[in-house]
Amino acid sequence: MDLARTEVKPRDRAGSAARLGLMVVPVAFFAVFFAYPVTAIVARGLKVEGAWQFGRIGEVLAQPDIRHVLWFTTWQALASTALTLLIALPGAYVFARFDFPGKQVLRAVVTVPFVLPTVVVGTAFLALVGRGGLLDELWGVRLDTTVWAILLAHVFFNYAVVVRTVGGLWSQLDPRQEEAARVLGASRFAAWRKVTLPALGPAVAAAALMVFLFTFASFGVVQILGGPTFSTLEVEIYRQTSEIFDLSTAAVLTMIQFVAVGAILAVHAWTVRRRETALRLVAASVTARRPHGAGQWALLAAVLGTVAVLLVLPLAVLVQRSLDAPGFGYYKALTGDDSGVFLVAPIEAVGNSLEYALAATALALLIGGLAAAALSRRPQAPGSDRAGRTPAGRLLRGFDALLMLPLGVSAVTVGFGFLIALDEPPLDLRSSWILVPLAQALVGVPFVVRTMLPVLRAVDARLREAAAVLGASPWRVWREVDLPMVRRALLIAAGFAFAVSLGEFGATVFIARPDNPTLPVAVARLLGRAGELNYGQAMALSTILMVVCAVALLLLERVRTDRTGEF
Amino acid sequence: MLKLDAATVRFGARTALDAVGLDVAEHEIVCVLGPSGSGKSTLLRAVAGLQPLDSGRVFLDGRDLGGVPAHKRGVGLMFQDHQLFPQRDVGGNVAFGLRMHGVSKAEQEARVRELLELVGLPGAASRAIASLSGGEQQRVALARALAPRPRLLMLDEPLGQLDRSLRERLVVELRELFDELGTTVLAVTHDQGEAFALADRVVVMRDGRIAQSGTPLEVWQRPADEFVARFLGFDNVVGASVSGEFADTPWGKVPAPAGSVQGECTLLIRPAGVRLVPAGEGLRCTVAARTFRGTHVSVHLQPEEAPRLEAACALREAPEPGDEVAVVFDAAEIVVLDREPST
Repeated sequence: MDLARTEVKPRDRAGSAARLGLMVVPVAFFAVFFAYPVTAIVARGLKVEGAWQFGRIGEVLAQPDIRHVLWFTTWQALASTALTLLIALPGAYVFARFDFPGKQVLRAVVTVPFVLPTVVVGTAFLALVGRGGLLDELWGVRLDTTVWAILLAHVFFNYAVVVRTVGGLWSQLDPRQEEAARVLGASRFAAWRKVTLPALGPAVAAAALMVFLFTFASFGVVQILGGPTFSTLEVEIYRQTSEIFDLSTAAVLTMIQFVAVGAILAVHAWTVRRRETALRLVAASVTARRPHGAGQWALLAAVLGTVAVLLVLPLAVLVQRSLDAPGFGYYKALTGDDSGVFLVAPIEAVGNSLEYALAATALALLIGGLAAAALSRRPQAPGSDRAGRTPAGRLLRGFDALLMLPLGVSAVTVGFGFLIALDEPPLDLRSSWILVPLAQALVGVPFVVRTMLPVLRAVDARLREAAAVLGASPWRVWREVDLPMVRRALLIAAGFAFAVSLGEFGATVFIARPDNPTLPVAVARLLGRAGELNYGQAMALSTILMVVCAVALLLLERVRTDRTGEF
Repeated sequence: MLKLDAATVRFGARTALDAVGLDVAEHEIVCVLGPSGSGKSTLLRAVAGLQPLDSGRVFLDGRDLGGVPAHKRGVGLMFQDHQLFPQRDVGGNVAFGLRMHGVSKAEQEARVRELLELVGLPGAASRAIASLSGGEQQRVALARALAPRPRLLMLDEPLGQLDRSLRERLVVELRELFDELGTTVLAVTHDQGEAFALADRVVVMRDGRIAQSGTPLEVWQRPADEFVARFLGFDNVVGASVSGEFADTPWGKVPAPAGSVQGECTLLIRPAGVRLVPAGEGLRCTVAARTFRGTHVSVHLQPEEAPRLEAACALREAPEPGDEVAVVFDAAEIVVLDREPST
């Protein structure tokens, strides 16, 4: 036998095949329900008689108002990100290092805004700082004509991103690292700056990029609070598509947003990879202790005050406004249809939304679960290092980044793309109810993957091997070893997917049929109409939506694990 | 029963297993001994089907295991840190392999009870894994590996993380258990004491190759080469030249065992063969250090212009550091090793 002969390792190939097999369904899903509609609508806008009109890009970019939109989109996203970091980083520290009564509940409370529908957030801020809002009544202050309303709403939204991403890591950093630096002669501040800050750096960067991504692609909030003055790319795409019917401009804007989001995600993937470099992590429960000294109590009080004013107050005002009519008048009005806004009673939107969101959650869990399973099995073949720098590893990482794209790519484009691309056999889904859940699942999948991946990666590969040696086939291994460990993460992923599906607005607004509106669509339509009753009903519907989201999240917070909740 | 034929595994440029050939007979207990990184664990993983071979073959009962996935090989593997399933109780862990093989519920229960009794944990079936001590986890892991009656049981550092007294007790228990069950066992360890106590045959590995194979006594008495001798803890190893009944060494002329091959060689003098005599009678040395070893005292001696020597002395006779002593060598404790370039 020739000893020098190198054989292709059959098990290796089988492993890669299994990984690729797991990826087939998610890839097909994204190809058909994301890439295809987006490409179709871009083509519709930029292709004239079969020829691409790339000259349009230059023409569109030359328009002063488009340039203005680009500039505003960028700077408001930068400002929102900076403001969010400024306000939320102390919160991250407090949640990571302090132990205080009610911390669990408070952690859930700060997360509620993140899963709230953008429409609800916009409405809540309108009730707080808009015309006839709380501040207007009390002091005659209105912010809805200024950019501050948008910025504050963005902070409201993304506070949880920073607290959970940065705070999650911070709470697991081994304090003994800092102690080691102190013993070696570093001052308290120097130890923090030299040890903790570099360890946190990538997490802060990742959180900042996520906030930038969300605010860059912001739609519902700006649509409601921006008025005629302020318009982001996404809002402009919506306007061009549905009001001016200028598809070529919309296509160019979609492409610009696509490129920008792709760049942001590439940087994000890079920081995440850096974050994975070996850090000494310990259980979060051992790093937190009760605050001591006036300074720490003051910090805790300041953070709690911020949370109360910035996160709780808008929601409280929203609830108060919805109750403003005697005897739950606005809620009662929801059950009848005398407003003429809908073909059906607005309250039916609740049932529609729940059904759609459940279907979307099931889809997102299936697609996201398969994707996470594929991504978690890193190639451990000889010839690759632990980072998986093999062609297959690179492919997987690309896939990882791809999954995040729907979070940033224009939801309006996706929604409109659905309408024009999925309208002929074999994929004629225009009249099918599944269209809405499909679009909502697109935004749910990234959350499922983000939640489940860390847990799946934490499963010791040798535990799987132990099961295999005892006679478990690969499928049995997944069922017996992986599934019991990820069950909690799966629940949490389901909750996030449910909440974002429930609140999805940009795509749904296009494809929800008039007789089957979802909650956010109904809210937006009510807000678009004049009259106190419509306004009150919008508040009431938003409150219902908020309560459903909050309840889902509070239930989930009870099963939360330390390793999840990072996005 | 188990046969490895030129089994080779490479990790990039490093060769973890280099054309290893190994036979394990039915009911035999073979211990693979070697420093970390010598390829012992890779050997077990290759047999279990967890690590694909780059070349070579593995046979079990004459059947080529190439292409047979791990779950169909019918071998048992006890992992280094046990890898018990944390979310299952003791009974659930032990029954796992039985469930995978479709054994009936009643049979599972009976077998779990029987095995837990066998490993000395009767009635522990409903205990949580987290509540077990290290020694108990080890027993559960053993019961779990034995439950499906594997044709071959493999143990990866079976007692690695346990404290010394427990290790010494368990190694005796394991030996008795395997004798009783007639299990064929392939174990790997870096601890020579463990290997010698457990094994019918010891295989010493170095850099992915087998350096020596033999009964514990053979390996102990006649280490194959300098590497094996040093790995077993012998430090009195030098280049020598045998002529007639004597060998020339840096320590002077020492008696060579009868029938030694003449010429250049590597020579091992076991510490017990370094006898302290009154100053003036043999090789003059200064005592550099002494360490208490329980049954004896190990004395490090510094001869003039020669490498250090280690001697084993009875407690009462051990000199103090700094003392001037002299030594002579006992032919019975001198071994001529296979020639190998000294490293």
